[in-house]
Amino acid sequence: MNRSAGTGLRTDDAPAELPSAPPAATRQRGRRARPRLGRLGTIAVFLAPALVLFLLLVIVPILVAAYTSLFKWNGFNLPENFVGVDNFTRAVEDPVFMGDLRRGLILVALSLFVQLPVSLALAMLLNQPIRGRAIYRLVFFAPYVLSEVTTAVLFTLVFSPNRGLSTTVFGWFGAAELGGSVFADPATVLYALFFVISWKYFGFYMILYLAGRQGIPKELTEAATTDGASAWQAFRHVTLPLLGPTIRISVFLSVIGTIQLFDMVWVLTGGGPIRSSETLAVTMFQYGFRRFEVGYASAISIIMFLLSLVFALLYQRYVLRRDTEGALTTRGVQR
Amino acid sequence: MTTRQRASTSARLRRLILHVVSTIIGVCIVVPIGFGVLGGFKDNGQLSTNPLGLPDPWVPGNYTAILASGVFWRQLGNSTLIAVATVVIVVGASAMAAFVFARFVFRGREFLFTLFAVGLMFPFTVAILPLFILLRSMGLLDNPLGVILPQAAFGLPVTIIVLRSFFRTIPGEVEEAATLDGCGPFAFFWRILLPMARPALATVSVLAVVASWNNFMLPLVVFTDQNWWTLPVGVQAFQGQYADDTARVLAYVVLSMVPALAFYAVAERQLIGGLAGSVKG
Repeated sequence: MNRSAGTGLRTDDAPAELPSAPPAATRQRGRRARPRLGRLGTIAVFLAPALVLFLLLVIVPILVAAYTSLFKWNGFNLPENFVGVDNFTRAVEDPVFMGDLRRGLILVALSLFVQLPVSLALAMLLNQPIRGRAIYRLVFFAPYVLSEVTTAVLFTLVFSPNRGLSTTVFGWFGAAELGGSVFADPATVLYALFFVISWKYFGFYMILYLAGRQGIPKELTEAATTDGASAWQAFRHVTLPLLGPTIRISVFLSVIGTIQLFDMVWVLTGGGPIRSSETLAVTMFQYGFRRFEVGYASAISIIMFLLSLVFALLYQRYVLRRDTEGALTTRGVQR
Repeated sequence: MTTRQRASTSARLRRLILHVVSTIIGVCIVVPIGFGVLGGFKDNGQLSTNPLGLPDPWVPGNYTAILASGVFWRQLGNSTLIAVATVVIVVGASAMAAFVFARFVFRGREFLFTLFAVGLMFPFTVAILPLFILLRSMGLLDNPLGVILPQAAFGLPVTIIVLRSFFRTIPGEVEEAATLDGCGPFAFFWRILLPMARPALATVSVLAVVASWNNFMLPLVVFTDQNWWTLPVGVQAFQGQYADDTARVLAYVVLSMVPALAFYAVAERQLIGGLAGSVKG
């Protein structure tokens, strides 16, 4: 079976399997005949714009970051003060950096065990025919369209101690004094941050799950119910396994997104109070653009990059392999 | 009670719970936005005493002052210009590259494609420092190209991957027929492939617009000249400037949401289809 198109686009309803699709043998011949087109000049002309942009503005900066991470450098002139891996050992001994990792893990755990299950439950509910379903979907998804900055500024004001909404709402539960301080208290700031992140993103995950759910043929759950399965059993043994690919992708997006979290934190808290909500990206930005310790900041970016890459490769290798082909590696794309 | 009646009662109960849960979450979403919209119509005194209720009296001054000031419009124009230019560049370059990756056989193809695919792992955050230094040395600070080109470059991986898999689904017979009719690769690409790929092009364009519109870190470091600020940078700066004037900041936030929500209303199908399609294996 030719599964070569499985790099990410929907393959089920794309015109891949046209009724006129020839048997595999003819298709193979067609493909082999194609090099006639493949003149090098054409290839070069078509590839050049993308390749130049990509090499100059993506690959080169990453390599430069790797290089400058080996220097103690303020970002001006040329880096001279070679310090080897000192910036990396400094990071490991830096309580702020290690705190970033710990906070990242907390946020990942909260996303995986709170945000995603709630989104999934809601998607399952909204998959049933209920009145006003379209409006619910529209409302739930709307925050995803707003930028992180807009969201963050809005919530700064919602949680503002004097004129915010939160004082009133917390007041209903007899905790008015808490309302304005959740972002000012190191003990609660991370959870408040998680609340705002969830507010913005859970609709996104809900839509993913809804789309995945709609790709599952109705007959399967119907058959299960006819055979006497309860709604829960049908969900647990039919729907959930078939949603596997969507769930695995959502976990991936969630983890990668958390590693790189910046805008929301920068605007909402700036990493404070006393750095208790700082993330890797915020720490990097602080050192790079505020304190001009560009070498150390580069080392932090490289660590972020390696964390993402190692996670992505392991995830691809051990978890995603059965779902996607060619998203990160070319295995399976080409015979 | 018959089984069927019992089933319908439990179904009704389930539906009721479902409505209650959905409504509660819906309220959690709508209330902060409503607080912003209504808060913009209050003065700060009203906000302190009555953050939740309707404005009394309605004070449209916050909104009208912003709409009359020109700063908001300039930021809106900057965001629009940058988004449109980014989309044209990223979709154009990606379509050409995806065409080659999808329909040509040549040595090194898989290596190059993998290079782009691994680029999915490179966020701005990782490259922002050297990118900033590079843009500085190229004289692109305070120049819209300093935001447009890197955004386009970082948008290439996902766009190429989506377009390539779409281009591959177009049957080889179409290309053979075109070749027999005298189409060269350029003509095939321009006159047949791109028109056929319109839905996929629309999806990747919408995704690129949203990404550009919401980008914050890059414009934040590239533009020190206020005249180039985009809406996200402008909103954040406005909050810094008028920190004590909550009502006015709320009005600015709400106005900055309007274009995004309007775009969402128009492009909803493409956006949701693209999100769903881009993660389906």
